Amino acid sequence: MMELLSLSLLFLGIYGLVTKHHILKMIVSLNVMETGLNLFITTLGYQEGQIAPILSSQFPSSALNFVDPLPQSLVLTSIVIGVGTTAVALAYAIKIFKDHGCLDLEKIEGRL
Amino acid sequence: MKKIFVLGLMLLLVIGIYQLAVYDPLHERTMAFEDRDSQAYLDRSVNGDPGEVVFGKSTNLEDGAANTVAAIVVDYRSFDTLGEVTVLFISSLGVAFLSGGFGKTIRLKHKPGFVLRYGARFVFGIILVFGAYMFLHGHITPGGGFPGGAIIAASALVLSLAGEISGEKMKAFKILEGAAGTLYVLTGIVGLYMAGFFMQNVLPSGIVGHLFSAGIMPLIYLLIGLKVGSELTGILDYFLREEVES
Repeated sequence: MMELLSLSLLFLGIYGLVTKHHILKMIVSLNVMETGLNLFITTLGYQEGQIAPILSSQFPSSALNFVDPLPQSLVLTSIVIGVGTTAVALAYAIKIFKDHGCLDLEKIEGRL
Repeated sequence: MKKIFVLGLMLLLVIGIYQLAVYDPLHERTMAFEDRDSQAYLDRSVNGDPGEVVFGKSTNLEDGAANTVAAIVVDYRSFDTLGEVTVLFISSLGVAFLSGGFGKTIRLKHKPGFVLRYGARFVFGIILVFGAYMFLHGHITPGGGFPGGAIIAASALVLSLAGEISGEKMKAFKILEGAAGTLYVLTGIVGLYMAGFFMQNVLPSGIVGHLFSAGIMPLIYLLIGLKVGSELTGILDYFLREEVES
Protein backbone atom coordinates (compact mmCIF):
# COMPACT_ATOMS: atom_id res chain seq x y z
CA MET A 1 0.00 0.00 0.00
CA MET A 2 2.75 2.45 1.00
CA GLU A 3 4.58 1.63 -2.22
CA LEU A 4 1.57 2.70 -4.28
CA LEU A 5 1.13 5.90 -2.24
CA SER A 6 4.77 6.92 -2.72
CA LEU A 7 4.57 6.03 -6.41
CA SER A 8 1.59 8.36 -6.70
CA LEU A 9 3.79 11.14 -5.23
CA LEU A 10 6.38 10.41 -7.93
CA PHE A 11 3.59 10.49 -10.51
CA LEU A 12 2.32 13.82 -9.16
CA GLY A 13 5.83 15.27 -9.40
CA ILE A 14 6.38 14.24 -13.01
CA TYR A 15 2.92 15.54 -13.95
CA GLY A 16 3.72 18.93 -12.42
CA LEU A 17 7.14 19.02 -14.05
CA VAL A 18 5.64 18.49 -17.52
CA THR A 19 2.53 20.68 -17.29
CA LYS A 20 3.68 23.74 -15.29
CA HIS A 21 5.43 26.73 -16.87
CA HIS A 22 6.58 28.54 -13.74
CA ILE A 23 10.17 27.68 -12.83
CA LEU A 24 9.68 27.65 -9.06
CA LYS A 25 6.70 25.31 -9.45
CA MET A 26 8.87 23.05 -11.59
CA ILE A 27 11.54 22.96 -8.88
CA VAL A 28 8.89 22.10 -6.27
CA SER A 29 7.63 19.31 -8.57
CA LEU A 30 11.19 18.02 -8.88
CA ASN A 31 11.41 17.84 -5.08
CA VAL A 32 8.04 16.12 -4.72
CA MET A 33 9.14 13.58 -7.33
CA GLU A 34 12.37 12.93 -5.49
CA THR A 35 10.61 12.51 -2.15
CA GLY A 36 8.21 10.02 -3.70
CA LEU A 37 11.04 7.98 -5.14
CA ASN A 38 12.95 8.03 -1.84
CA LEU A 39 9.85 6.88 0.04
CA PHE A 40 9.30 4.13 -2.52
CA ILE A 41 12.84 2.76 -2.14
CA THR A 42 12.65 2.93 1.65
CA THR A 43 9.27 1.20 1.90
CA LEU A 44 10.47 -1.65 -0.33
CA GLY A 45 12.89 -2.65 2.42
CA TYR A 46 10.30 -2.56 5.18
CA GLN A 47 8.07 -5.31 6.42
CA GLU A 48 5.58 -5.41 9.26
CA GLY A 49 7.14 -5.62 12.72
CA GLN A 50 10.76 -5.03 11.75
CA ILE A 51 12.98 -2.65 13.75
CA ALA A 52 15.44 0.05 12.68
CA PRO A 53 18.85 -1.42 11.71
CA ILE A 54 20.78 0.04 14.66
CA LEU A 55 22.16 -2.11 17.47
CA SER A 56 21.38 -0.57 20.86
CA SER A 57 20.95 -1.62 24.47
CA GLN A 58 17.28 -2.30 23.74
CA PHE A 59 17.89 -4.36 20.61
CA PRO A 60 21.37 -5.77 21.28
CA SER A 61 21.71 -8.73 18.94
CA SER A 62 22.20 -9.09 15.19
CA ALA A 63 19.87 -12.10 15.23
CA LEU A 64 16.81 -9.86 15.66
CA ASN A 65 14.46 -9.03 12.81
CA PHE A 66 15.95 -5.80 11.36
CA VAL A 67 14.79 -3.69 8.42
CA ASP A 68 16.81 -4.01 5.22
CA PRO A 69 19.57 -1.36 5.64
CA LEU A 70 20.67 -1.16 1.99
CA PRO A 71 17.73 0.89 0.59
CA GLN A 72 18.09 3.33 3.47
CA SER A 73 21.76 3.98 2.75
CA LEU A 74 21.04 4.40 -0.96
CA VAL A 75 18.29 6.91 -0.11
CA LEU A 76 20.76 8.80 2.10
CA THR A 77 22.96 9.29 -0.97
CA SER A 78 19.96 10.27 -3.07
CA ILE A 79 18.80 12.91 -0.54
CA VAL A 80 22.20 14.61 -0.54
CA ILE A 81 22.32 14.69 -4.33
CA GLY A 82 18.77 16.10 -4.28
CA VAL A 83 19.95 18.97 -2.09
CA GLY A 84 22.74 19.69 -4.59
CA THR A 85 20.47 19.67 -7.64
CA THR A 86 17.90 21.88 -5.88
CA ALA A 87 20.60 24.42 -5.02
CA VAL A 88 21.82 24.58 -8.63
CA ALA A 89 18.23 24.80 -9.92
CA LEU A 90 17.47 27.72 -7.59
CA ALA A 91 20.66 29.49 -8.68
CA TYR A 92 19.51 29.10 -12.31
CA ALA A 93 16.09 30.47 -11.35
CA ILE A 94 17.71 33.58 -9.85
CA LYS A 95 19.82 34.03 -12.98
CA ILE A 96 16.78 33.72 -15.25
CA PHE A 97 14.87 36.23 -13.10
CA LYS A 98 17.78 38.67 -13.37
CA ASP A 99 18.00 38.30 -17.15
CA HIS A 100 14.28 38.35 -18.03
CA GLY A 101 12.45 39.84 -15.05
CA CYS A 102 9.98 36.98 -14.66
CA LEU A 103 9.96 33.24 -14.00
CA ASP A 104 7.20 32.12 -16.36
CA LEU A 105 8.74 30.14 -19.21
CA GLU A 106 5.90 30.84 -21.68
CA LYS A 107 6.13 34.60 -21.15
CA ILE A 108 9.91 34.49 -21.59
CA GLU A 109 9.49 32.47 -24.77
CA GLY A 110 7.00 35.02 -26.09
CA ARG A 111 9.41 37.86 -25.52
CA LEU A 112 12.34 36.25 -27.35
CA MET B 1 -4.06 16.48 -25.19
CA LYS B 2 -0.60 16.84 -23.74
CA LYS B 3 -1.92 16.14 -20.26
CA ILE B 4 -3.69 12.96 -21.32
CA PHE B 5 -0.54 11.76 -23.05
CA VAL B 6 1.49 12.45 -19.91
CA LEU B 7 -1.08 10.67 -17.74
CA GLY B 8 -0.91 7.56 -19.93
CA LEU B 9 2.88 7.63 -19.90
CA MET B 10 2.92 7.92 -16.10
CA LEU B 11 0.52 5.02 -15.71
CA LEU B 12 2.79 2.80 -17.80
CA LEU B 13 5.80 3.92 -15.76
CA VAL B 14 4.06 3.18 -12.45
CA ILE B 15 2.99 -0.29 -13.55
CA GLY B 16 6.46 -1.02 -14.90
CA ILE B 17 8.30 0.09 -11.76
CA TYR B 18 5.87 -1.76 -9.52
CA GLN B 19 6.16 -4.96 -11.50
CA LEU B 20 9.95 -4.81 -11.57
CA ALA B 21 10.42 -3.88 -7.95
CA VAL B 22 7.83 -6.07 -6.28
CA TYR B 23 7.64 -9.18 -8.45
CA ASP B 24 11.05 -9.05 -10.16
CA PRO B 25 10.29 -11.45 -13.04
CA LEU B 26 13.98 -11.73 -14.00
CA HIS B 27 15.20 -13.49 -10.88
CA GLU B 28 11.96 -14.66 -9.31
CA ARG B 29 12.96 -13.13 -6.02
CA THR B 30 10.75 -11.20 -3.64
CA MET B 31 11.55 -8.50 -1.10
CA ALA B 32 11.06 -11.06 1.68
CA PHE B 33 13.38 -11.38 4.65
CA GLU B 34 15.04 -14.62 3.56
CA ASP B 35 15.69 -13.46 0.02
CA ARG B 36 17.65 -10.31 0.61
CA ASP B 37 21.40 -9.88 0.11
CA SER B 38 21.92 -7.19 2.71
CA GLN B 39 21.57 -9.64 5.60
CA ALA B 40 25.36 -9.98 5.36
CA TYR B 41 25.74 -6.31 6.29
CA LEU B 42 23.53 -6.80 9.36
CA ASP B 43 25.48 -9.89 10.44
CA ARG B 44 28.83 -8.23 9.57
CA SER B 45 29.60 -11.42 7.61
CA VAL B 46 30.75 -10.06 4.24
CA ASN B 47 34.32 -11.36 4.70
CA GLY B 48 33.50 -14.29 6.99
CA ASP B 49 30.98 -15.24 9.63
CA PRO B 50 31.75 -13.79 13.11
CA GLY B 51 28.70 -15.41 14.74
CA GLU B 52 26.10 -13.39 16.60
CA VAL B 53 26.96 -9.69 16.99
CA VAL B 54 26.05 -8.41 20.46
CA PHE B 55 25.84 -4.72 21.39
CA GLY B 56 28.55 -3.70 23.88
CA LYS B 57 30.35 -7.08 23.73
CA SER B 58 31.48 -8.12 20.25
CA THR B 59 35.02 -7.11 19.31
CA ASN B 60 37.25 -7.31 16.23
CA LEU B 61 34.42 -7.33 13.73
CA GLU B 62 35.05 -6.38 10.10
CA ASP B 63 32.97 -3.31 10.89
CA GLY B 64 32.44 -2.21 14.48
CA ALA B 65 29.66 0.33 14.00
CA ALA B 66 26.36 -0.20 15.80
CA ASN B 67 24.48 1.75 13.12
CA THR B 68 24.27 -0.58 10.11
CA VAL B 69 23.21 2.16 7.69
CA ALA B 70 26.27 4.21 8.65
CA ALA B 71 28.41 1.08 8.30
CA ILE B 72 27.23 0.66 4.71
CA VAL B 73 27.56 4.36 3.87
CA VAL B 74 31.05 5.07 5.20
CA ASP B 75 32.66 1.65 5.44
CA TYR B 76 31.35 -0.95 2.99
CA ARG B 77 30.54 1.62 0.31
CA SER B 78 32.83 4.46 1.32
CA PHE B 79 33.96 5.08 -2.25
CA ASP B 80 30.33 5.82 -3.10
CA THR B 81 30.22 8.43 -0.35
CA LEU B 82 33.37 10.06 -1.71
CA GLY B 83 31.51 10.44 -5.00
CA GLU B 84 28.51 11.85 -3.17
CA VAL B 85 30.66 14.48 -1.43
CA THR B 86 32.14 15.32 -4.83
CA VAL B 87 28.65 15.84 -6.27
CA LEU B 88 27.83 18.25 -3.43
CA PHE B 89 31.13 20.07 -4.05
CA ILE B 90 30.36 20.40 -7.76
CA SER B 91 26.87 21.75 -7.03
CA SER B 92 28.33 24.35 -4.65
CA LEU B 93 30.81 25.24 -7.41
CA GLY B 94 27.91 25.58 -9.84
CA VAL B 95 26.01 27.91 -7.51
CA ALA B 96 29.16 30.00 -7.07
CA PHE B 97 29.66 30.13 -10.83
CA LEU B 98 26.05 31.16 -11.51
CA SER B 99 25.88 33.77 -8.79
CA GLY B 100 28.93 35.65 -10.02
CA GLY B 101 31.77 34.91 -7.65
CA PHE B 102 33.52 36.40 -4.67
CA GLY B 103 34.43 39.80 -3.35
CA LYS B 104 31.09 41.40 -2.54
CA THR B 105 30.10 41.79 1.08
CA ILE B 106 26.69 40.83 2.42
CA ARG B 107 24.41 43.78 3.18
CA LEU B 108 21.09 42.75 4.66
CA LYS B 109 17.98 44.64 3.67
CA HIS B 110 16.63 44.61 7.20
CA LYS B 111 18.51 46.01 10.16
CA PRO B 112 18.75 43.23 12.79
CA GLY B 113 17.24 44.31 16.09
CA PHE B 114 18.39 43.65 19.64
CA VAL B 115 16.43 40.40 20.12
CA LEU B 116 17.58 38.93 16.79
CA ARG B 117 21.24 39.79 17.36
CA TYR B 118 21.53 38.44 20.90
CA GLY B 119 19.09 35.59 20.37
CA ALA B 120 21.12 34.47 17.37
CA ARG B 121 24.34 34.49 19.38
CA PHE B 122 22.66 32.47 22.12
CA VAL B 123 21.08 29.86 19.83
CA PHE B 124 24.13 29.58 17.55
CA GLY B 125 26.25 27.72 20.13
CA ILE B 126 23.52 25.25 21.02
CA ILE B 127 22.77 24.36 17.39
CA LEU B 128 26.49 24.05 16.64
CA VAL B 129 27.05 21.66 19.54
CA PHE B 130 24.04 19.59 18.49
CA GLY B 131 25.42 19.34 14.95
CA ALA B 132 28.82 18.25 16.27
CA TYR B 133 27.13 15.65 18.49
CA MET B 134 25.24 14.38 15.45
CA PHE B 135 28.30 13.66 13.34
CA LEU B 136 30.54 12.44 16.18
CA HIS B 137 27.95 9.83 17.20
CA GLY B 138 26.99 8.94 13.62
CA HIS B 139 28.31 5.38 13.91
CA ILE B 140 26.28 4.45 17.03
CA THR B 141 23.06 6.45 16.82
CA PRO B 142 20.87 7.72 13.96
CA GLY B 143 22.38 10.70 12.19
CA GLY B 144 25.83 11.13 10.72
CA GLY B 145 27.95 13.51 8.73
CA PHE B 146 25.32 14.78 6.28
CA PRO B 147 22.54 15.72 8.76
CA GLY B 148 25.18 17.03 11.17
CA GLY B 149 26.62 19.23 8.45
CA ALA B 150 23.14 20.48 7.55
CA ILE B 151 22.53 21.42 11.21
CA ILE B 152 25.83 23.32 11.32
CA ALA B 153 24.80 25.19 8.17
CA ALA B 154 21.51 26.05 9.92
CA SER B 155 23.46 27.60 12.81
CA ALA B 156 25.48 29.64 10.31
CA LEU B 157 22.20 30.75 8.67
CA VAL B 158 20.96 32.03 12.04
CA LEU B 159 24.17 34.04 12.46
CA SER B 160 24.08 35.49 8.96
CA LEU B 161 20.41 36.53 9.38
CA ALA B 162 21.57 38.56 12.38
CA GLY B 163 24.30 40.12 10.23
CA GLU B 164 27.16 38.53 12.18
CA ILE B 165 29.02 36.73 9.40
CA SER B 166 31.46 38.79 7.36
CA GLY B 167 33.33 38.00 4.17
CA GLU B 168 36.46 37.09 6.15
CA LYS B 169 34.63 34.34 8.03
CA MET B 170 33.34 32.93 4.74
CA LYS B 171 36.94 32.65 3.54
CA ALA B 172 37.69 30.55 6.63
CA PHE B 173 34.76 28.26 5.74
CA LYS B 174 36.20 27.82 2.23
CA ILE B 175 39.58 26.80 3.65
CA LEU B 176 37.90 24.37 6.09
CA GLU B 177 35.93 22.81 3.23
CA GLY B 178 39.02 22.26 1.08
CA ALA B 179 41.04 20.86 3.98
CA ALA B 180 38.29 18.41 5.00
CA GLY B 181 37.88 17.16 1.41
CA THR B 182 41.63 16.68 0.98
CA LEU B 183 41.91 14.83 4.30
CA TYR B 184 39.05 12.51 3.27
CA VAL B 185 40.94 11.48 0.12
CA LEU B 186 44.18 11.18 2.13
CA THR B 187 42.43 8.81 4.59
CA GLY B 188 41.51 6.66 1.61
CA ILE B 189 45.08 6.70 0.33
CA VAL B 190 46.37 5.67 3.77
CA GLY B 191 44.10 2.63 3.51
CA LEU B 192 45.48 1.91 0.05
CA TYR B 193 49.06 2.13 1.33
CA MET B 194 48.62 0.14 4.55
CA ALA B 195 46.03 -2.51 3.67
CA GLY B 196 46.06 -2.61 -0.12
CA PHE B 197 42.58 -1.21 -0.79
CA PHE B 198 41.37 2.36 -1.21
CA MET B 199 39.31 3.44 1.85
CA GLN B 200 40.20 0.26 3.75
CA ASN B 201 39.47 0.47 7.48
CA VAL B 202 42.98 0.28 8.94
CA LEU B 203 42.33 1.17 12.58
CA PRO B 204 41.12 -1.48 15.11
CA SER B 205 37.34 -1.75 15.18
CA GLY B 206 36.91 -1.80 18.97
CA ILE B 207 33.77 -2.81 20.86
CA VAL B 208 30.40 -2.37 19.15
CA GLY B 209 28.51 0.61 20.57
CA HIS B 210 31.45 2.47 22.13
CA LEU B 211 32.29 6.01 21.02
CA PHE B 212 35.84 5.10 20.01
CA SER B 213 34.97 2.14 17.83
CA ALA B 214 34.58 1.26 14.16
CA GLY B 215 38.12 2.29 13.14
CA ILE B 216 38.24 5.24 10.75
CA MET B 217 34.45 5.72 10.64
CA PRO B 218 34.20 8.51 13.30
CA LEU B 219 37.13 10.25 11.61
CA ILE B 220 35.47 10.10 8.18
CA TYR B 221 32.14 11.26 9.59
CA LEU B 222 33.91 14.17 11.29
CA LEU B 223 35.48 15.18 7.96
CA ILE B 224 32.19 14.75 6.06
CA GLY B 225 30.35 16.80 8.69
CA LEU B 226 32.84 19.67 8.48
CA LYS B 227 32.87 19.55 4.70
CA VAL B 228 29.10 19.42 4.22
CA GLY B 229 28.56 22.09 6.89
CA SER B 230 30.98 24.56 5.33
CA GLU B 231 29.74 23.74 1.82
CA LEU B 232 26.07 24.37 2.64
CA THR B 233 27.07 27.54 4.50
CA GLY B 234 28.84 28.68 1.33
CA ILE B 235 25.72 27.98 -0.78
CA LEU B 236 23.54 29.93 1.70
CA ASP B 237 26.03 32.78 1.57
CA TYR B 238 25.81 32.98 -2.23
CA PHE B 239 22.01 33.08 -2.07
CA LEU B 240 22.02 35.82 0.58
CA ARG B 241 24.36 37.95 -1.52
CA GLU B 242 22.22 37.33 -4.55
CA GLU B 243 19.12 38.57 -2.74
CA VAL B 244 20.79 41.82 -1.76
CA GLU B 245 22.09 42.76 -5.19
CA SER B 246 19.00 42.12 -7.29
